Amino acid sequence: MQSPTIDPAKTELNYHHKAEAAHHEEHPDFRMFGLVMFLIAEGMIFLGMFGAYLAYRSTLPSWPPEGTPELELLLPGVNTIILISSSFVMHNADTAIKKNDVTGMRTWMAITAAMGIIFLSGQIYEYSHLEFGLKTNLFASAFYVLTGFHGLHVTVGVLAILAVLWRSRRANHYSQEHHFGVEAAELYWHFVDVVWIVLFGLLYLL
Amino acid sequence: MTQAQIQRSANLSILEAEPGERKWRDYFTFNTDHKVIAIQYLVTTFVFYCIGGVMADMVRTELKTPEVDFVSREVYNSLFTLHATIMIFLWIVPAGAGFANFLIPLMIGAKDMAFPRLNAVAFWMIPPGGILLISSLILGDAADAGWTSYPPLSLVTGQLGEGIWIISVLLLGTSSILGAINFLVTLLKMRTPGMSTTQMPLFCWAMLATSALTLVSTPVLAGALILLSFDLFAGTAFFNPTGGGDPVVYQHMFWFYSHPAVYIMILPFFGIISEVIPVHSRKPIFGYKAIAYSSLAISFLGLIVWAHHMFTSGIPGWLRMFFMITTMIIAVPTGIKVFSWLGTMWGGKIRLNSAMLFAIGFVSLFVIGGISGVMLAAVPFDIHVHDTYFVVAHLHYVLFGGSVFGIYAGIYHWYPKMTGRMMNEFWGKVHFALMYVGMNLCFLPMHKLGLMGMNRRIAEYDAKFATLNFVCTMGAYLLAISTVPFIINAIWSWMYGPKAGNNPWEALTLEWMTSSPPAIENFHGFPVLATGPYDYGMDRPKSEVDVPLADEREPALAAGPKSALRADPDPNVAANPEDRK
Amino acid sequence: MWLIVKKLKIIKSLTVNIPSSIWTLLIGIVLTLTSLWYGQNHGLLPTAASDEATLVDGLFDTMMTIGTGLFVLVQGILIYAAFKFRRRQGDNTDAPPVFGNIPLEILWTAIPAIIVIGLSIYSFDVYNEIGGFDPHSAHEAPIAGQAMKMPGAAIAATLNDTPPSTEPNANQIKSDEAMSNPATASVRNSDQIPQKRDAPGMGIVSPGIGASPDNEGKVPGLAVNVTGLQYAWIFTYPDTGVVASELHVPAGKEVKLDMTANDVIHAFWVPELRLKQDVIPGRQSEIRFTPKIVGEYKVICAELCGPYHGAMNTKFIVETPENFDKWMQEQQVATKGNLEQAIALNAADRSPAEFLSPYTAQMGIQPETLHQLHHH
Ligand code: HEA
Ligand code: HEA
Ligand code: CUA
Ligand SMILES: [Cu+2]
Repeated sequence: MQSPTIDPAKTELNYHHKAEAAHHEEHPDFRMFGLVMFLIAEGMIFLGMFGAYLAYRSTLPSWPPEGTPELELLLPGVNTIILISSSFVMHNADTAIKKNDVTGMRTWMAITAAMGIIFLSGQIYEYSHLEFGLKTNLFASAFYVLTGFHGLHVTVGVLAILAVLWRSRRANHYSQEHHFGVEAAELYWHFVDVVWIVLFGLLYLL
Repeated sequence: MTQAQIQRSANLSILEAEPGERKWRDYFTFNTDHKVIAIQYLVTTFVFYCIGGVMADMVRTELKTPEVDFVSREVYNSLFTLHATIMIFLWIVPAGAGFANFLIPLMIGAKDMAFPRLNAVAFWMIPPGGILLISSLILGDAADAGWTSYPPLSLVTGQLGEGIWIISVLLLGTSSILGAINFLVTLLKMRTPGMSTTQMPLFCWAMLATSALTLVSTPVLAGALILLSFDLFAGTAFFNPTGGGDPVVYQHMFWFYSHPAVYIMILPFFGIISEVIPVHSRKPIFGYKAIAYSSLAISFLGLIVWAHHMFTSGIPGWLRMFFMITTMIIAVPTGIKVFSWLGTMWGGKIRLNSAMLFAIGFVSLFVIGGISGVMLAAVPFDIHVHDTYFVVAHLHYVLFGGSVFGIYAGIYHWYPKMTGRMMNEFWGKVHFALMYVGMNLCFLPMHKLGLMGMNRRIAEYDAKFATLNFVCTMGAYLLAISTVPFIINAIWSWMYGPKAGNNPWEALTLEWMTSSPPAIENFHGFPVLATGPYDYGMDRPKSEVDVPLADEREPALAAGPKSALRADPDPNVAANPEDRK
Repeated sequence: MWLIVKKLKIIKSLTVNIPSSIWTLLIGIVLTLTSLWYGQNHGLLPTAASDEATLVDGLFDTMMTIGTGLFVLVQGILIYAAFKFRRRQGDNTDAPPVFGNIPLEILWTAIPAIIVIGLSIYSFDVYNEIGGFDPHSAHEAPIAGQAMKMPGAAIAATLNDTPPSTEPNANQIKSDEAMSNPATASVRNSDQIPQKRDAPGMGIVSPGIGASPDNEGKVPGLAVNVTGLQYAWIFTYPDTGVVASELHVPAGKEVKLDMTANDVIHAFWVPELRLKQDVIPGRQSEIRFTPKIVGEYKVICAELCGPYHGAMNTKFIVETPENFDKWMQEQQVATKGNLEQAIALNAADRSPAEFLSPYTAQMGIQPETLHQLHHH
């Protein structure tokens, strides 16, 4: 009944104009959105493990199990502060590149990477001075596996930053408009940071 | 003009003049075209299905008689463990991803997926994962603690096999997460300009719900498996009671993934059925929005029912009640779908071809599995039948009667689009008949076996169960036979089948607006929706539609084109003047 | 049942040409009667050997009735539609455009919702009746006492100084209680597996008279300690010190089983009792039931526990109280000597398998089974 009323040949025009215009634009960039999805998945791995940790914590007669050697708070505390502040440093890099300030971005990124490496070194130092090993008891296992898994993520984050630094040597690789690498590394870094805050609260404070 | 012709002429300009042929070699390479990847997924997973099916038939051969006389007890355990792992992680889940790969970009009018290379990576994790898993059988130490792999048993049965199992499942899980990310981004960001979410075909809605579920649940399984591998290789005791760990924590983590996984394994096929039924009934889908939103409801509810697998594991009574109620409630959104499909068929002009037969078979068998599922959800009853053949019957009705029938419906329906050729209808119907009969012969008696006292995962059983088991085994053989006509039909038709044309079913969704097989970048420009995805019958002068409780003046009560449940028409280009704004 | 009738009526009237309401009504009545009949006469369950089993069967029959109704309804519509609404030769037009109807959707949302709520309530009730909510056991399931601790306190105190919880560890208490019986202690290795704090409340299902409020705290008629191990069940009777590989109980008395496993997870299942409970190392699980019908049934291990899982069955014998007493006396005479000898010889350097062998052999437990005993 409607076919005579409307000429289908005309109906398509509306979009084909748009389409023509769109053809000349860049392929829109969904990588950031994809990264957010990926981080949701990553977050769920951590959440699952945190859930397991809380389950042990609330069902075992005493937690940490009797005889667990004490955990030093000073070093991890300092480490935590370093990691948290590195997030702010990282944010400066992002601000810089949005002002097209590549040198500034590089500087801030380099500082962040350095802080990440200090954090990792602190972790390794802590590991080597702990009085319990992976198999000592459930708390010890959970401690190593959780911090280790997080440490792995910090390492990846540092590598990502270094990759951005490496690429930014080329002029115009990153600019006001094109800086996915910087943003991605930043988002990932914030994620690693947030995970650490929860982890620190669970393992050291709770 | 019919609706299909209107849609076609509105989209004529997007057809590529020269579709461009694919070389067969492309299918064996790291190709980033979503259609190539889709075929890779479907063919690879089908091969794994045959391997898993052969294992199933070995299981059934062992169970033909009450004694252990075909394989050893250890091998028996490995067989059903690998059978289930293969069927789930290497067949149903990735086959869903295969359909999603083929259909999503075409249905939403995109040229490819959001991340084509990631897409290929996700696929290429599957063959190594599968080969690794199967190789463990040859290495002589295959996982044999069941697909659930509960510790402490899984910690004491053999490190090598269990380790291989963990690695392959981690690989396959990662692949499915990467796939889900791709589907989500593509669905949310790459729809053709005129398509809002409430115009997406229902398969896209189903994949949206599935991918969201995959994204949040699969990582928890990864977490559990990481902890399990520490217990296995490093000697920690997360799940080992001897060291103070708790095996029940593993069960929670496992089922937090594996219950949602069953919806990951059924939702895509709900989507397929929602496409197949309206096309072959020549009638709009009944209650588009109700079906779309019920997928979301199922995927949300699916996250909060996991402990119904643990009713006898020792969880507090009130928690059992909570999980019982949430589980039962899933019957409601699922019922909405089932009744809406029935409503679609009612008063239609049904073409009973192979695709439609499989869709009807899907509905009829899935409902049986769903009803036994609701029974299982009732705690006092589940205490009796948990870990018996009643559960085995339930799971095969939903997974085999549901998912596998859904896959076949999808294959028969989209085969012309994927290959450009038609399948043979006669052999399709033979396939359907044999499979439908074999399915019921094989799995219906299992309900009774379970209720009468036959537990699952046993290689030997009480002699009083011999007759029924024999029937089951014969059914299983029939299922194997039923696959042969399909395999031959698929291969033969690919080479010699009659040419299909672009739109053999006169369907309205966008994948039918391009050539068959589709051109390399699908569309030349953006397709438009001159008709909605399910606007069948809108071309004829209003025939009297008589639906109870309906009032055509009120969108909330209307049953016709004004119905509030209909997919929103595109106000800019809709062919129907009343849909224009 | 009228719900189904009504639903049928509505769906039927979806059709383009409404069938006469007489037809609808007739089909509805047949459907209802079929469901009701099949729901009672399915013959799918074994003997119900206890009152609790009868309750569970009532629930199943109801679900079977509803299930049959839904099954026939859906299959009926599918078959009817496949024939009635088949495309006619040469008709290439589309069917009328019906897009959906909110009142109908509401209807078929509401009806299943009502059914499942009804089923939930019924199940809840049965679960309560068979003792799932035994107030005694609920009481034993505290929710995370430690979580109350203030975070600040933890920073101040070093972790090492966190005092061991002073709250009672009910699981440990149960385990110790069972282990205080020498016969049980000789077959269990609970002492080598740390006990979870609130596991007993978590593991418990106590179908039995003990559940009803007026019977709360009542001592069960018979207590048996059950130990699951690869691949055998060992039953110890703490009152008499008898160790047996078969479970004998007197009819009409409430029986309480205290269960745990030595190695991997097993599950205690007696189909005729409709009762199943996982037996988990490190946890004490308890079930209660009152067997009513004298007979010989089977205890089946229902949780995959290794290659011989399928063989981990034994007899479950419900006897008249007189026969039970007789059996008990025979056992006492038979095992007394062995047991004393076993306990006397239970030196630290002997594995349980070794010191148990004198009387496990007579119980018919395989040697492969026994060597599993000392795998810890
Ligand atoms: C595709 C996979 C799939 C699907 C879709 C389902 C769907 C459901 N499953 Fe199933 N299930 C499995 C796969 C699946 N299951 C597997 C693999 C296992 C075993 C795992 C193992 O141990 O190895 C299992 C085990 C399993 C158990 C544990 C049993 C046990 O081990 O003791 C339970 C218990 O609650 C359960 C319940 C349900 C329910 C309530 C649904 C519901 O979603 C069903 C809803 C559908 C309907 C109800 C039918 C249509 C609705 C209507 C017609 C409306 C009217 C209906 C009513 C009012 C009832 N399932
Ligand atoms: C999607 C999932 C899926 C599918 C499709 C199937 C399909 C089948 N399953 Fe399976 N099954 C599970 C998922 C699935 N199963 C799960 C999750 C379990 C639980 C495991 C556990 O307890 O851990 C299970 C367990 C299970 C058991 C219980 C084992 C036990 O507890 O001891 C049995 C027993 O009969 C069985 C049988 C079958 C049969 C006969 C088929 C048939 O339908 C198979 C039919 C297919 C074929 C036969 C292949 C066809 C092709 C050919 C034969 C072609 C010839 C080959 C070449 C030319 C190369 N399955
Ligand atoms: Cu013990 Cu199965
Ligand atoms: Cu489930």
